[in-house]
Formats: sequence, structure tokens, C-alpha cells
Amino acid sequence: MNVADKKRLLREMLFARRFEERCYEAYVERKIGGFLHLYPGQEACVHGVMEAARPGHDYVITGYRDHVHAIKCGTDPKAVMAELFGKETGCSKGRGGSMHLFDVEHRFMGGYALVGGPFPLAAGMAKAIKMKGGDEIAICFLGDAANNQGTFHESMNMAAVWNLPVLYVCENNLYGIGTRIDRSTAVLDQYKRVCGYGIEAAQEDGQDVEKVYAAAKKAVDYVRSGKGPYFLELLTYRYRGHSMSDSNAYREKEEERAWSKRDPIIILRDRLIEAGELTLDDYKQMDNEILDEIENEIIKFAEESPEPKVEELEKYVLAENDPWVKGGVN
Amino acid sequence: MAQMMYWEAIRRAHDEEMARDPLVIAMGEDIGVAGGTYKATQGLYDKYGPERVIDTPISENGYTGLGIGASFLGVRPIIEIMSVNFAWLATDQIINTAAKVRYMSGGQLGAPVVIRSPGGTAHQLGAQHSARMEKVFMGIAGLRVVTPSNPRQAYGLLKSAVRCDDPVFINEHELMYNMKGEVPDEEYFHPLEGSEIAREGSDITLFGYNISVHWCLQAAETLAKEHGIEAEVVDLYALNPLDREGIVASVSKTHKAVVVEEAEAPVGVGSEVMAILNEDCFFELDAPPARVSAKMVPIPYNRALEKAAIPNAKDVVAAVLKLFGR
Ligand SMILES: Cc1ncc(C[n+]2csc(CCOP(=O)(O)OP(=O)(O)O)c2C)c(N)n1
Ligand SMILES: [Mg+2]
Repeated sequence: MNVADKKRLLREMLFARRFEERCYEAYVERKIGGFLHLYPGQEACVHGVMEAARPGHDYVITGYRDHVHAIKCGTDPKAVMAELFGKETGCSKGRGGSMHLFDVEHRFMGGYALVGGPFPLAAGMAKAIKMKGGDEIAICFLGDAANNQGTFHESMNMAAVWNLPVLYVCENNLYGIGTRIDRSTAVLDQYKRVCGYGIEAAQEDGQDVEKVYAAAKKAVDYVRSGKGPYFLELLTYRYRGHSMSDSNAYREKEEERAWSKRDPIIILRDRLIEAGELTLDDYKQMDNEILDEIENEIIKFAEESPEPKVEELEKYVLAENDPWVKGGVN
Repeated sequence: MAQMMYWEAIRRAHDEEMARDPLVIAMGEDIGVAGGTYKATQGLYDKYGPERVIDTPISENGYTGLGIGASFLGVRPIIEIMSVNFAWLATDQIINTAAKVRYMSGGQLGAPVVIRSPGGTAHQLGAQHSARMEKVFMGIAGLRVVTPSNPRQAYGLLKSAVRCDDPVFINEHELMYNMKGEVPDEEYFHPLEGSEIAREGSDITLFGYNISVHWCLQAAETLAKEHGIEAEVVDLYALNPLDREGIVASVSKTHKAVVVEEAEAPVGVGSEVMAILNEDCFFELDAPPARVSAKMVPIPYNRALEKAAIPNAKDVVAAVLKLFGR
């Protein structure tokens, strides 16, 4: 990664942080409804991994904490915000919401709300890639607690036995909603759990985007070269509650303080400043530009966009005018 | 037209579709090297190889999800679940993913998978191998449900299901794989919607699907010969969506109806057909419609108890005579 890349990454991560913070406000203003899971604290994970992969080319799938993943794949943040506002211009036409962002054009294959659901879907995309002979890989981002689902084990086994080009990224933020990992999970190091399936695995600091990038580079190269699946565990922390309805009361303040000192954005910023590549003023200016873009372009777009038409409520349930429904060409 | 067994018809549909399109694959437990529990994929492993005829681990939710994920990228998986009793484990991926992904994505992404699975009571297989699930799946928006009653439908429905862009659940029956019937020699695509009149009649409509069509046909013969009642038998091969128009059209002609299903009555095909009659056909009815369904019990092992738990043609005749006040 050269300095320009690092600066761009800093900007992207700061953008992600401010975007999510603005979502929080919009939720309080009741512009956004439903469940809203925010990403602050974990930015280095998706940014480091996708920096090593090929956004828009590789197929990405994740859970409900999906805004930043979509944006990093290339989805227009305006379409993401519009989706959260339930608008027709949203990336899922207002039918999906925060947990179900989709942008197939950019190969962001969706956010799914059933914990563990995407594990086999990612393996399936990898199977399709393998059949079609492309050089893409499938990348699945999920949390630590998802690894306690049956789909985790079923998918690791299938990915291994069929040697599928899939990278599983575990964003281990130590909690599944309010249950700390040691209270739900027998083995704390998640990367160790896949050794039973003979899958290559590694663990890395998820707060340092350069370390994530380096670890992901190894993982991505491994998968892309046809060697089979890979499991990358990233140690991270979410700075907010699980979702908007969560008070975070179950976490020790001491723990929160320790992790807040390892803010992925601040780590990269200070490193650039120390190296003389950035000043605090540059950073503040960057921040202001971002805040301005979010308010005056993104929020404005979402606010002004039209709602879906109620007459189109039943559109998209089934494929339109599929000839085979009528028996095709008989 | 050739006579063919139900399993042969399914196998033929697989073979033709796999020969046509290299992205059509078959997957399931023991379907490859072993040729399938009911022979529906016999010989295909040798012909198309392990990448396309995939013996899966016993991970129903996992491999169903894998098939769905592959379908996102244009692969057309035909997934066999050995018994619908095992499909309960895959309901998460079938219902939460396959049926909803098109809608959740605002039409961007579809899951064109076919899931085939036999349900129903065979010979003393016990409670955990005898259940039916079509009533669960037919109430799910975004999931098509069809259920062939003969080899022609088994062939033509699978052909259309593979090509259709929607996820399709095909409900087969363990007792029907060796049933013989005519299948067109040329390629044939059966519609995934609608219903078929299996026997014309003027006095009452018997609604059946899958195996119960045959109970209805048997009952209709008895009713004609012994009671002078001409029953029309309507084959509801499509359960989602149900053929509302066809249901109403037949009863508007006969003015009486009995629905026959192998499953328990609550929240089933019978309740749904009766609701349609109530809503769209109430003033055409000369008598309250009736249901012939299974008892509300887990299917027992004992042969006599098992027989008593599910309906048969005699029960259909009795229900019709009662409706005629005889
Ligand atoms: C099948 C299923 N069970 C339970 C839930 C409720 N739920 C939503 S998120 C969550 C915790 C998941 O934690 P983790 O996988 O670590 O991801 P994180 O939220 O920490 O990113 C739970 C229990 C769900 N959505 N789906
Ligand atoms: Mg977690």
C-alpha cells in the first residue's frame, strides 16, 4: 500500500464512520425504521479485506451489519441512505431496508438477517464461480456468534470437501448482541474452529487496516490461486450497541475504554501524521468535506427521493412474465 | 407416446436439461454414485461427472443454501432432498432466502433453484418418515409449489421448473416412483400454474393432488358404477399459486365439492380450496363442501393404525354419499 492508498483508505473509513453516525441521527429523527446495526469500530475489517480483494469483481455477501460492506463494494452511498429511508431510489428499491442491501451490479450479493444464513450461500457462489471458470472469489463477512450456527459447520465442510474459492471473514467483536463470546462459545479463537475441516486459517488484529490488508492479501491470493477456502478471523469491537434498541449495559466500561483507544481510524491517521504525510488540519478538512457530502448530497437525495408506489406492492415477488410458468413454447 | 415410470420421467427431465445447459446441476444425498434413493438420477453421475451430479454431505440446510447461492450466479441446481421430513431442516434457506431474495433485493437477484422431495405415507416408515410439507410451502410468497400426480406431470413440471426463474418446490410421493404412465416422446413442458381435469363429471367435483388424485379417480369409478353419481376430478398439480379460476369453474358446473388430501386438515390444501369456494363460489354451492384428510396424529408404525390415519378411496366415496344425503 502506498501513501496515496493509505490516505484514500483513511478517507473511506472516516466516511464510513460519519455515514453510520448520521444514520444514527436519522433513526432518532424517525427517518429510518426497523432494526439498524451500525459499524463504527469495525471499519478496518471490510476496508482492509476488500483492499486486498477486487471490489465489484469478487462476490461479497454478509449479514445485517451491511452498509459499509455495500459501499466498499461500490454501491452509491446515496442509494444506501435512500434504502434506509425506504425510498424507491434505494439500492433495494425500498423493499429491503438496512439489513437487506443489495447491489448485484457491483457484486454485493446482499445483506441477510438470519444469523449464519450467508455461509452456505457464499459456498454456493464459489461453486458457481468454479463451474463457470472465472477468476473471482466469493467473500463472506459474518460475526463471531454466527459461528455457532449449524450452517457454519456445514459450509466449512462443503467448502473444504469441494475445494471452493471462498474466503470467510469472521469479524470477531466479542459479542453476539449482549452475550459475550466466552459465555456462548467453547473455543474463543475462532480461527481454530475450522482446523477440524482442514481449512487454512489465520487471526489478525482487526483495528489496524494495514495489518488486515496484509493478512487478507495472503488469504485472497490463496483462494484465488485455486488452493481452496480460507478463514480469516479479525479481532475487533463495535463502539455502539448491537442495534439501536441496545443500551450496551452488558459491557464493562473498562473494556470499552480499552478498545476505544484502538480506534482504526485514529490508528491510521496518527501513523500518517507521524510519517509526515498528513496534518491534523488536512484530517479536519477531510472530515468537513465528508460531513458536507453526507448532509448536502446523501441525506438530501434520500429525503427528496420518492417512496415506492403502493400499487407496486406485489412486484418482485416472482419473476415477471416467465414463459415457463405457462409451459413455455408448447 | 411411451409408457414410463414416474422415476424414469424425472430422470429423463434431468438428463435432457443437463444435456442442454452445462449450468444445470443435480445435488443431494446419494444421488451420484448410488444413483438416487428412488433412481431419479440414475446413470447421470457417469454421464455428467462429479462436478455436476453432486453427492452432498447430510447437511440439508447447508447444501440447499449452497444450491441457492450458486443459483445467484446463473447455475440451475436441481436439489433432491431425500424425504420431505428432512426438508424441515432446510426450511431456513428455502423460505428465508430462496423465496424472499427477489423481493428483498427489489428484483435484482433471483434464486432459480428446483427442490424436489418425496413426502407422504409409504409403508410403515414411522412418524419421522411419513409427513407431508406441501401445506407449509404453499403459504410462502415467492416460492412456487407443484406436485405431480403422474409421470407426464413429473417430467413436464421438472422441465419447466428448471427453466423458470423462480424457486420451485416439487412435492413427489414415495409410493408413486414406480407408477407407470404415458409421457410424450417429444419434449414437453408442463405449466407451473393451473389445474387439470383428470375426469369429467357433472354431479360433484373431487379435488385432489399428487397421490390423492388417484383416490379421487377410484372413488369416481365406484360412484358412477354403484351410485349413478358422475364426479369430476380436478388435479391441483399447482399448490402455489392455486388455480382459483379452475376451482371455481368446476364447482360452478357441479355445485358440490369434496377436497381430498393425504395431509391433516388444519391449514392445508383443503382449507384453502374451501376458503376459495366460500369467497368466490358461495352461491353456486348446493351443499356444504367437505374435506377428506388425515387424522391429527403422527403417522404410526403399525400397519392397521397407519392405514387408519390417512384417507383412501372408500373415505372419499363415503364423504360424497354423505354430501348427497345418502
Ligand atoms: C437465526 C437467527 N437467530 C437469532 C437472531 C437474532 N440476532 C441478530 S444478530 C445476533 C447476534 C449475532 O452476533 P454476531 O454473529 O457476532 O454478529 P455481530 O452482530 O456481532 O456483528 C442475534 C442473536 C437472528 N437474526 N437470526
Ligand atoms: Mg459479534
